[in-house]
Amino acid sequence: MTAPKTLYDKIWDAHVAHEAEDGTCLLYIDRHLVHEVTSPQAFEGLRMAGRKVRAPEKTIAVPDHNVPTTEGREDPSNMPEDSRIQVAALDTNAKEFGIHYYPVTDVRQGIVHIVGPEQGWTLPGMTVVCGDSHTATHGAFGALAHGIGTSEVEHVLATQTLIQKKSKNMKVEITGKLLPGVTAKDIVLRIIAETGTAGGTGYVIEYCGEAIRDLSMEGRMTICNMAIEGGARAGLIAPDQTTFDYVQGRPHAPKGAQWDAALNWWKTLFTDEGAHFDKVLVIEGESIEPTVTWGTSPEDALPISAVVPSPADFKGGKVDAAARSIEYMGLTSGTPLTDIEIDTVFIGSCTNGRIEDLRAAAEILKGRKVKDGIRAMIVPGSGLVRAQAEEEGLADIFQEAGFEWRLAGCSMCLAMNPDQLKPGERCAATSNRNFEGRQGRGGRTHLMSPAMAAAAAITGKITDVRTLA
Amino acid sequence: MDKFEKLSGIAAPMPLINIDTDMIIPKQFLKTIKRSGLGVNLFDEMRYDSEGKEIPDFVLNKPAYREAEIIVAGDNFGCGSSREHAPWAIKDFGIKCVIAPSFADIFFNNCFKNGILPIVLPQEQVDVLMKDAEKGANARMEVDLEAQTVTTSDGESFSFEVDPFRKHCLLEGLDDIGLTLEKGASIDAFESKATQERPWV
Ligand code: SF4
Repeated sequence: MTAPKTLYDKIWDAHVAHEAEDGTCLLYIDRHLVHEVTSPQAFEGLRMAGRKVRAPEKTIAVPDHNVPTTEGREDPSNMPEDSRIQVAALDTNAKEFGIHYYPVTDVRQGIVHIVGPEQGWTLPGMTVVCGDSHTATHGAFGALAHGIGTSEVEHVLATQTLIQKKSKNMKVEITGKLLPGVTAKDIVLRIIAETGTAGGTGYVIEYCGEAIRDLSMEGRMTICNMAIEGGARAGLIAPDQTTFDYVQGRPHAPKGAQWDAALNWWKTLFTDEGAHFDKVLVIEGESIEPTVTWGTSPEDALPISAVVPSPADFKGGKVDAAARSIEYMGLTSGTPLTDIEIDTVFIGSCTNGRIEDLRAAAEILKGRKVKDGIRAMIVPGSGLVRAQAEEEGLADIFQEAGFEWRLAGCSMCLAMNPDQLKPGERCAATSNRNFEGRQGRGGRTHLMSPAMAAAAAITGKITDVRTLA
Repeated sequence: MDKFEKLSGIAAPMPLINIDTDMIIPKQFLKTIKRSGLGVNLFDEMRYDSEGKEIPDFVLNKPAYREAEIIVAGDNFGCGSSREHAPWAIKDFGIKCVIAPSFADIFFNNCFKNGILPIVLPQEQVDVLMKDAEKGANARMEVDLEAQTVTTSDGESFSFEVDPFRKHCLLEGLDDIGLTLEKGASIDAFESKATQERPWV
């Protein structure tokens, strides 16, 4: 009998194309996702060396980071020049190298990590890479997925492999049921608050337990998306019926006999009884409250019932970091989180820009109005999410409540397009990073779930969504 | 990456120390989406005036050195930021080898990744090479990587050190990608096996 394996071990073993004596492996890559910001020099590198894309049929490109999310964006003159150049470069490269491409004029365009699963490019047991750290998202399907740099993008384009050493195994188990009003975003913020942003460094995390099993695919993607914020190389959730139901019938999912064969293999993708984990964290599902961040690192997360901490609550280097965060965020220690007033609300990103996220926000916003003076925007994660939300009547709810209803893209998640915070502005955001200046120079970000962000839009303060339900 | 073949070329003398990456390629050229095309902006602020006109005194603007393939320079060449745009610009101009008494570490590494040979020689030998370079277009310097020698137009020869693995990569024109492509058979074999086992991928 072979030794029991983790899910990570199984996917890893199925993709090693070559192993050197020192354990360095060439890992075969099943899907390569590409966007406009980190790819131009990689394609240029191919061109200079006279190389081709080895597997164009496994390579998918979509512009998302720079694109405006306002109407009229198909007209390139509505884009700032450097953005326009990057998008045009992706256009050209996609055509020249013959890879799949979803331009802004295509209803399927959106954030790369939303488009991949939506189109059925991401499947269980695959290796998936992209020149973007939030590639971890695809781990929700039981795919080994992580971000890479530009030189690695070129390496994958040319060889369809990546030079890698294996990471260690970590298990994060969320037991039991969640309380009402608690979502996947609250789970993952709580996990990062416990592990810290470096707690996952050197590991691939498998998320498991009843509370994880009970999540939809959208919720699972939210969890895996932020695996990188905990420092992990990748996050994984074993595929199950929820996964198979989501995948079946997607444009690029297998069909007929291939579907049956795939399903057979996918059903073997779980961690064997007795497999070894190098690190384990267990959290009781019932102990998780709606969670928000107060500082400038995703680990600065607290339950909504808490107050802004004091630097003295921390140890070591975190004392100074906390003081700096509190100052940057313009907060006072001891202030209840629910007293913090916001002026901007951003619902979207690859963390929370899917249909279920929009439904959760709409449920809170229905029949209510955004507080006067608050700028609130919803940016769907893809053109298809947008179309579905319109069909379900969600878009009307948002617009009646006073939200701007945008076109798909990364938008204010990283503020590379014109959607930015001004210095000192404070935003309730459903994205994944609250770093200094992330949403615009001097801007202040509080991370939370879509329902919590919707609640904040109504009251103008960080709010416990359970008091509105 | 191109193979580094035996080089016989014109050497441009740049008897300056601390030639930094800002001089090599100023920051306004980093917004590019390309690695190529930076050659026209190599040493931009030393090479052009504020109106964009060539400064005739600058060595690479002189008729004798417009086709230079080697630079002979002073201590600490390539110091400053880590921008890989610096070797990209040098390469794009057509320079394949830089000779100096010392180099900044990151720049030195970046050179090898881009097929450029940086050669470290003692100051006295660099002085001899500098004099040779000053003779202009008729003086061709020879760089033989295989033999690890630099030879002046007068036939005076100096030998230099180079890391064996890096030498191999330069001679064969190998970068990371090149090395992986050497394992192409393993990748092919894996691919056909995987296609049989998981044809839906
Ligand atoms: S939505 Fe934000 S985190 Fe996601 S890919 Fe875009 S910029 Fe990155």
